[in-house]
Amino acid sequence: MHTAHFRPLDVESIRKDFPIFATEPPLAFLDNAASTQTPRPVVAAMDAYYDTYRSNIHRGIYRISEEATEQYERAREKVAQLINAPRSRQIIFTRNTTESINLVAYSWGTANIREGDEIVLTVMEHHSNLVPWQLLAQRTGAVLRFLEITDEGLLDFTQLRDCLTEKTKLVAMGHVSNVLGTINPIQSVIEAAHAVGAKVVVDAAQSVPHFQVDVQQLDCDFLAFSGHKMCGPTGIGVLYGQLELLEEMPPFLGGGSMIRSVEREVSSYAELPAKFEAGTPSIAEAIGLGHAVDYITQANLAAIHVHEQELLKYAHQRLKEIEGITLYGPSAPHQKMGVISFNLEGIHPHDVAGVLDTHGVAIRAGHHCAQPLMERLDVIATARASFYLYNTMEDVDRLSEGLCRTQKLMTRRR
Amino acid sequence: MNIYQEELLDHYENPSNYGTLPNPDISHEEDNPLCGDQIRIDLLVEDDKIKEVRFCGHGCTISLAAASMLTEEIEGKSLEEVKQLTKDDILDMIGIPLGPVRLKCALLALKVLKAGAYGIHSWPGEEDK
Repeated sequence: MHTAHFRPLDVESIRKDFPIFATEPPLAFLDNAASTQTPRPVVAAMDAYYDTYRSNIHRGIYRISEEATEQYERAREKVAQLINAPRSRQIIFTRNTTESINLVAYSWGTANIREGDEIVLTVMEHHSNLVPWQLLAQRTGAVLRFLEITDEGLLDFTQLRDCLTEKTKLVAMGHVSNVLGTINPIQSVIEAAHAVGAKVVVDAAQSVPHFQVDVQQLDCDFLAFSGHKMCGPTGIGVLYGQLELLEEMPPFLGGGSMIRSVEREVSSYAELPAKFEAGTPSIAEAIGLGHAVDYITQANLAAIHVHEQELLKYAHQRLKEIEGITLYGPSAPHQKMGVISFNLEGIHPHDVAGVLDTHGVAIRAGHHCAQPLMERLDVIATARASFYLYNTMEDVDRLSEGLCRTQKLMTRRR
Repeated sequence: MNIYQEELLDHYENPSNYGTLPNPDISHEEDNPLCGDQIRIDLLVEDDKIKEVRFCGHGCTISLAAASMLTEEIEGKSLEEVKQLTKDDILDMIGIPLGPVRLKCALLALKVLKAGAYGIHSWPGEEDK
């Protein structure tokens, strides 16, 4: 993580870029692990495409199509820079993290995974980094193995050595847990996996938006994330892959754009990245993502991280004061990101979120697409608050006050 | 109108017909995969009428209050009458507008009842979708 000098976030001026916070009292939006708000510059960039150079890319022999192509490819370069990918053709645009992981599972997985091979996951994976591997295992006869977590919500690292063997062909792991906020020691896992010849897929949906991720430093084989969790629009995601892997992999979806030449029975395929981008892509959304990268880079990812850590520390302190609250995940803020899962004793998390909503506080309640983790924690569901660059200490105060009101309302006669 | 109004909270805190029946003619349980809420309904049927009904399970205020209200509504009614109950009947009982997510909470009990008693497995209101 970056620790260079930087200016602290000017949260007040950042909030002016988000019209959704213009109400009084402002919306306390604390569901950023699910999806973030979109700043004006990102929306304006997409509007400019629709208003002034709307056209398809890579085909048209006219000015606005050339401009659209240029802007689309410029977005790819910005994303490559953000994660320090050696070449921009290692950046494949998809719909979201889920599609990126499915691309690897279908293309690389089907070509490389055989019966009896082992795929190592963790019990805290989001369903998007679990179900594609279940489907792959069902197709190929591969075996899934799971790394457990400690009661603190940290990866049980001692178990890793037993789990990784010459049978291990793939490790798929979230960089940061979307429920517990746990930052996984992904670099050590990658080293250990490579030592037994396994490839590593990193689900970076909860890390890339919040701190500097460097794919060359990590030396991961694949890395996936979504635009809509980092101030970008929905419908655009990213898959990064090692060049030689992407080049060897067969196509995922077939169609226009991904071909070199097509005959009746067979085709040859385009070079990277087009090979994996069949059909007209999400052009406006890719351009929007490029501007979202600009936005969070200008705000400074290191400053964003520090800001979120401050919110997290304060939230821990405020929430711990509430009687009957259970917090899940690591207690030391430096081991986790700005995600807090909790339950109030005797109150269903849906009701917690429902009452908070009536006070203008938006949080998540449910299993957070991580049912195996819910089972491990022995809960049906949790409530979850998660932060981003525009959140304030007042948002945390309103969460905490809202929780006290929820308790008063829901346990009146007990 | 606030969804956390008195009547709903009363049903949630002191639900009617909560529990199970020792020898039910019909017993069915389902969960809502979206949130993990779970409801079981037991029925004792005599002369095609619902003689006794009990429900149990866990869930949020809306799902448990709706289940409580539904059991009050159907006790003593004929199976044919109960079969005609719709999504709108449940919304009338609850008496407040609900968004699409909480709607599922409210309809879970009716879904369980219809699946158990009539083998109708779709969500109420989505029979034709």
